[in-house]
Amino acid sequence: MQLLELEGLHVAFSTDRGEAKAVNGIDLSLKESETLAVVGESGSGKSVTALAILGLLPKRTAMVRADALRFDGRDLMALSEEQLRAMRGKDIGMVFQDPMTSLNPVLTIGRQLSEIGEVHLGMTRATAQDHAADLLDQVGIPQAKARLRDYPHQFSGGMRQRVGIAMAIACKPKLLIADEPTTALDVTVQAQVLELLAELQAEMRMAIMLVTHDLGVVARIADRVLVMYAGSVVETGSAEAVFSRTGMPYTRALLRSVPRLDQADEGPLRPIRGSPPDVMRLAKGCSFAPRCDLVEARCHLGQPPLARCGPDHQAACVLVEPTA
Amino acid sequence: MNALIELRDLAVHFPVHRGLMSGTSGAIKAVDGVTLEIARGETLGLVGESGCGKSTLGRAVVGLTQPTGGTILIDNKPMTRDRRVQMIFQDPSASLNPRMTVGAAIAEPVRLNGLRHGRAAVVARMHELLDLVGLPQSATHRYPHEFSGGQRQRVGIARALACEPDVIVCDEAVSALDVSIQAQIVALLEDLQGRLGLTYLFIAHDLGALKHISHRVAVMYLGKIVEVAPKAELFANPRHAYTRALLSAIPVPDPMVERQRKRIILSGDIPSPANPTSGCRFHTRCPVAIDRCRSDEPDWQEMSPGHHTACWRANELVELMPDALSLSTSDARR
Repeated sequence: MQLLELEGLHVAFSTDRGEAKAVNGIDLSLKESETLAVVGESGSGKSVTALAILGLLPKRTAMVRADALRFDGRDLMALSEEQLRAMRGKDIGMVFQDPMTSLNPVLTIGRQLSEIGEVHLGMTRATAQDHAADLLDQVGIPQAKARLRDYPHQFSGGMRQRVGIAMAIACKPKLLIADEPTTALDVTVQAQVLELLAELQAEMRMAIMLVTHDLGVVARIADRVLVMYAGSVVETGSAEAVFSRTGMPYTRALLRSVPRLDQADEGPLRPIRGSPPDVMRLAKGCSFAPRCDLVEARCHLGQPPLARCGPDHQAACVLVEPTA
Repeated sequence: MNALIELRDLAVHFPVHRGLMSGTSGAIKAVDGVTLEIARGETLGLVGESGCGKSTLGRAVVGLTQPTGGTILIDNKPMTRDRRVQMIFQDPSASLNPRMTVGAAIAEPVRLNGLRHGRAAVVARMHELLDLVGLPQSATHRYPHEFSGGQRQRVGIARALACEPDVIVCDEAVSALDVSIQAQIVALLEDLQGRLGLTYLFIAHDLGALKHISHRVAVMYLGKIVEVAPKAELFANPRHAYTRALLSAIPVPDPMVERQRKRIILSGDIPSPANPTSGCRFHTRCPVAIDRCRSDEPDWQEMSPGHHTACWRANELVELMPDALSLSTSDARR
């Protein structure tokens, strides 16, 4: 059974310049203990998708519409704000890019961690304190008990992100949504954090939705991949399929533009020309057409739908040969 | 080697003040005895994690930070702030004046350095520079906020080129950009090097772009250079435990390769540069450190022509830390 099912998500923001269409009708689903990576460049709509699932987009400016949004058998769109709040942080954990801005600088780490136990799990303050120490220990922070009295600024960037993860897993969520969790970290620390996430996932069987721009991180931990471009899903499938039998020219170009450490010199780089489209003025055809090397006349007629191009693999390109 | 830039035992220490009256108490040794050479027309990649001192080193080379020890030579002469050495910064939106048009921002260094005389000549040069970095002439009267990050970085490059430099220090010049745009800027820098014979010091924490553009790579840890080698040699055969751990930490965008790799996961973070430990500075996190590493600072040894390292266990690393990025297996698969 699918743990998370999202169908036909549209998100638009009203701005001074008009309506910005950030997400244009995307579907995604996630099973228990599966890792789905949502990949894309800035402005592709990947973070907005994560925030829409969490119900964290500002009500005043964001217009969110979806055909279906189900989590663990419940219809999230039918829940009240209060019911959503009870679910966030408990059944769905969240980790954000910058742990400094998601932690309260004037409260101790211990206070912030034990609050979760008190609010979501109905613990007493003393039990919540022990629970907080266990959590810090679980994410590999030495002398966990003593460090509960410290403030966020007394931790290094990698440590703070561990605290962020500790907070996210405090209630053993079924789903962890992580938005660029390692982007602000050094590579050796990133490797530690990714390893930690994998361990916790194996232990707790939680599903992870990882939002990232880093294709290396995707290759390291994702089971399935969803590639977004200008608010649409342009390719999705198992990590193997997307990386080795890439269907969409955008994904292929993206993979080509990352210099690889494991290969000898590959000649001149082949960057993607131009820049991503303006979401205020999306053209009628394929949004990647203006930058695509393989563009044809029919690309400008309409956004091609996702077509099946292999087992557990779909791509949105007129060149994809649909397989039955 | 005919070095254009030579660093001899360069040190940059920042005094630490604790309280108003107590004076200085120790120092942050951001750069602590670095000796490096960069040949004319060469790109030296400098890689390291945050806090290792790589940006401070770069700022010292441009003359933005005063070294507290050692010397910097350019063409065998001691260098002070010099038009011939320019810098490209990480965040082009922070390094450009938002109230200055792109044309004015690029023309300013041409005029101030007296490189062209008369309005017409300065404007002609500005147009030439826009063209050189692949920006349209229509950019002249527009403001930085009207451009995307990649285009703003092109403005930053044009501004550096306006001074007609020999050396450009690129400090995380592509780190803030999207991957597809990173590749465009790296390609532009390579093209400019070919056309103008520029020398680059390319500083980055991300080895991807750095690997592509560099001829030689230096690895920095806690204020010291721990390994220097020609690029191919460094990636194929790293001879310092830290370099091996660093390479192992970087994910490769291929799930099949990732599955086969042996991970070397370091414990802890980079220690404070205020009181570096005795012996090898990496020993606190090194998975293969021995007693000697804790007591004696490793010698700077030449492993093969141009490949230097400061690791006591350099000769045993192939067995101790089996290589994560075995070029042979991934090439065979392709």
